[in-house]
Amino acid sequence: MSQAAIQNSSATTANAEFDVELRQVCKLFNNETVVRGVDLGIRRGEFFSILGPSGCGKTTTLRLIAGFDTPSAGEVLIQGRRMNAMPPYRRPVNTVFQSYALFSHLTAWENVAFGLRLQKHTKAEIQQRVDEALKLVKMDGFAKRFPAQLSGGQQQRVALARALVNRPTVLLLDEPLGALDLKLRKEMQVELANLHRELALTFVMVTHDQEEALCLSDRIAVMNQGIIEQIDTPERIYQQPKTPFVADFIGDTNLFHGKIEGFYPTTLWVVTETGLKVKAKQPEAGNTLTSGTVVLSVRPETVQLSLTPCNDDRNCFEGRLQDVMYLGTHVHFQVQLLSGDRLTVMRSNSPTNLPSADTPIYVSWSAQDCLALPL
Amino acid sequence: MVSPASPLPSTTEPKAPPQWLQPLLMLAPAGVWLALLLVLPTLLIFQLSLVPGIRPGQVVNPSGLDNYWRIVQPDYFPVLTRSLFFSIGTTIACLVLGFPIAYWIALKVPKRWQNLVLLAFVLPLWTSSLLRTYAWITILRPTGVLNSILGKVGMPPLDLLNREPAVLIGMTYSLLPYMVLILYAALEKLDRRLLEAAADLGANPAQTFWRVTVPQSLTGIAAGSLLVFITSMGDFVNPEILGGASSMTVARLIYNQFLGATQNWGFGSALSMVLILVVSIAIALLLKYGDRSAAGGV
Repeated sequence: MSQAAIQNSSATTANAEFDVELRQVCKLFNNETVVRGVDLGIRRGEFFSILGPSGCGKTTTLRLIAGFDTPSAGEVLIQGRRMNAMPPYRRPVNTVFQSYALFSHLTAWENVAFGLRLQKHTKAEIQQRVDEALKLVKMDGFAKRFPAQLSGGQQQRVALARALVNRPTVLLLDEPLGALDLKLRKEMQVELANLHRELALTFVMVTHDQEEALCLSDRIAVMNQGIIEQIDTPERIYQQPKTPFVADFIGDTNLFHGKIEGFYPTTLWVVTETGLKVKAKQPEAGNTLTSGTVVLSVRPETVQLSLTPCNDDRNCFEGRLQDVMYLGTHVHFQVQLLSGDRLTVMRSNSPTNLPSADTPIYVSWSAQDCLALPL
Repeated sequence: MVSPASPLPSTTEPKAPPQWLQPLLMLAPAGVWLALLLVLPTLLIFQLSLVPGIRPGQVVNPSGLDNYWRIVQPDYFPVLTRSLFFSIGTTIACLVLGFPIAYWIALKVPKRWQNLVLLAFVLPLWTSSLLRTYAWITILRPTGVLNSILGKVGMPPLDLLNREPAVLIGMTYSLLPYMVLILYAALEKLDRRLLEAAADLGANPAQTFWRVTVPQSLTGIAAGSLLVFITSMGDFVNPEILGGASSMTVARLIYNQFLGATQNWGFGSALSMVLILVVSIAIALLLKYGDRSAAGGV
């Protein structure tokens, strides 16, 4: 956990390609540390997500960028300029709030015009830009409605237009789709991705929804207990998690705690607490493990099921089938290994003869699909 | 769940009163109260107002609008404008003084202290208003507390008592707690995320105040102002005790017609009807205005 955080902290030199930089940022509320030494560099034009469970400090991190909170320690930079003491109304960022926070006494049009009117633009320019922004989010037919007369999805669009119309350097999104129902959320995800492509702005989104983060982001920072566990592309977050937390939080996985017994350049031999001898993949160069305790992560979709023991060099263990969950396109199997471990296996939906609960079944996975993560 | 053999539940249920009767039943107690103690007395006063120069004990014998003609004579015009001046002035003073107090309690004071601070502001209401008004005499009279303090710091003395300023001070002092309570109720409901949203969109604190805080608490501002306006229109204690001979108001004039030396119930009733009219106009304006802000989706 802490090892990953230290790795991320290496890039603290001023970097022109970064729109937002956090350097060793800490935030305390009532003597409780909510954000502990976060280092972030968000690149220009990037769709960056901060993903984590509730209470992990992700919203506080966003509020530190927006300026609603000031860091207790460390530095916040936007386009290379130190922003620590800069009030929110002088920062070149705009926020789409989780609850939308639309002004109930103003119409949709007036809500969008709020920022431009403060900047003393000409009437004609305000009119043109507000109309444009409302058209961009497909709300041009609702300009005269008050927020109370709009649905949740429509309010969301107005909130988006209200932020975008000011042409911020960075657009901050705080759980932007959290209050929408599933279908609407999927639609808005596509639209957010389209908007990002069209406007070429830097987007910083906070979410607890891993699917949302995985499908929208160029890079994701996974946060836990005020610390950034890993910053990577969605593919690498899923396939090369650096910590047990990331492996467990993103997608489903089977975790085994164990001790390293031996190693060979790319393979580790690990004995789990339950006595299984497992061959695992050595983490990437620079992180080579040689001894100590580790956590092994095996994704359910990489595990094979068979009725006979396999005779290659894969990890293969005997167990009993305990439970089958039919999920439409996939089937989840729960297998109880002889060692006592429970393993989740996911196979695509195909008709097979399932063994009964008292006949042996064999699970197997290759060393390549078994990640060893330092504890 | 119910077995098929059991009787249908609707047959055993007691009969509910018909749909149209329910609101009437619920409104009846308050309705009777209002009819007996508000509508009926008002009608009686209206009847009295049509009798010129009636005194207690005389037979009520309506005979025209003479009392109302008397009110519109130039003699009484200054009384009505002075009343409006005191009421509007008190309303503005309460708003200007009360808003920062209510804002501070609602948004700056920690939640658990808010009730205590509010209580401290309302505490004066627990003593007699007459007593509090007399206290102002001690403070404002030429040799009073205020002037002795001014003298100590080398300022010229102020002659406030028995003049308009003393009435304004007294009325504002009496009615400020009500304004603070109502404004607090409105500001306490203010969504703080809207303040953050305004700051995020580039509004500095002053702009946020005028463009978000004030419009969002407009219903409270209107309700508080109306309450202070109405109450001060009917206040005769402060003008009587602090205002001196020159501060005749409608309410004080009415008091004189009924309980003072003049003893002209007919004229007093006509004045009361005018006062009711002025207050009703204020309420009508608020309802119209309040309706509009409700359409804004508050």
